[in-house]
Amino acid sequence: MSQFILHKENTRGHANHGWLNAHHSFSFANYYNPERMHFGVLRVLNDDLIDGGMGFGTHPHDNMEIITIPLAGAIAHKDSMGNSAVIKSGEIQVMSAGTGVSHSEFNALPDQQLNLLQIWLFPNKKNVTPRYDQQNLDVEAMHNNFQQILSPNQDDAGVWIHQDAWFSLGKFDNGFETEYKIKKAGNGVYAFVISGEVTIDGQTLSKRDGLGIWDAESISFKANTADAEVLLMDVPMEF
Amino acid sequence: MQTKILYIGRDTEITIVMKRLLNARPEWKGICVCSDDEAISILKMQDIDLVLLGNGITPECEKVLKAHITGLKPNTKVIQHYGGGSGLLYGEIMGALN
Repeated sequence: MSQFILHKENTRGHANHGWLNAHHSFSFANYYNPERMHFGVLRVLNDDLIDGGMGFGTHPHDNMEIITIPLAGAIAHKDSMGNSAVIKSGEIQVMSAGTGVSHSEFNALPDQQLNLLQIWLFPNKKNVTPRYDQQNLDVEAMHNNFQQILSPNQDDAGVWIHQDAWFSLGKFDNGFETEYKIKKAGNGVYAFVISGEVTIDGQTLSKRDGLGIWDAESISFKANTADAEVLLMDVPMEF
Repeated sequence: MQTKILYIGRDTEITIVMKRLLNARPEWKGICVCSDDEAISILKMQDIDLVLLGNGITPECEKVLKAHITGLKPNTKVIQHYGGGSGLLYGEIMGALN
């Protein structure tokens, strides 16, 4: 029988640093909640609003798969591997930190707020060679469809990472219904509502709510509003 | 009373950052090293509450380190540190100590 955990938007951790207004679905930085440490290998889901021109100076990472999805605006990224790029809304960025990498992330626009999701997954292999990638998302394919944007496979749709995880993103018309089949036995799905209202396995979710489901083979989905946009993170529950 | 935390990782830059982060909190005393020999000599000389295993430590080195720690200071907790910076550090340490 499937199990679930519901994380309502207003139960997330919150830190407002002025230039950075951050909401944490799981414990992060000074937000510590022992009940909210991770969902399987999904360790971090941060919803950050960053003022124009502001951002995170050069800082290191290791042994983490870091996925960044700008929802509005653009990020200027530079790293110790020599990558220098701007990632805009409609794109996805992935960085395997592995043995260690330093990077900076700034709002690339001086006069527009940046909203991004930053997601960290524990890797399935430690101390890999660091790598970076970014891709355009197929926005048209996301209409009334959970379009795969990340997988463990280099030759599959979307970016790839060192973990048996699949991410899918969809934008749905009001009343649209579908089913999502979990990709691998032992995986669970964490659904994060970017906008609108949806019902997943009987649970009604609003903007920025999160729902984790495990011990299931599939989940049922219905959009309740015209602007429903949902990110599904299909991740191993054991690691 | 300060909690003494020993971080072991191979990346010098991350080690410097970890030292700064750990010692930024008055309740923690952070000692950060890149070499296992140095870590073991610190464990012999000081009472360490918590060991953080950082980046670049092979499974073989981890096994040797854990054997030394268990032999020298059986009450010292050993956990993995992921992420290389501030994001997960507080949660990892609070989780281990509580």
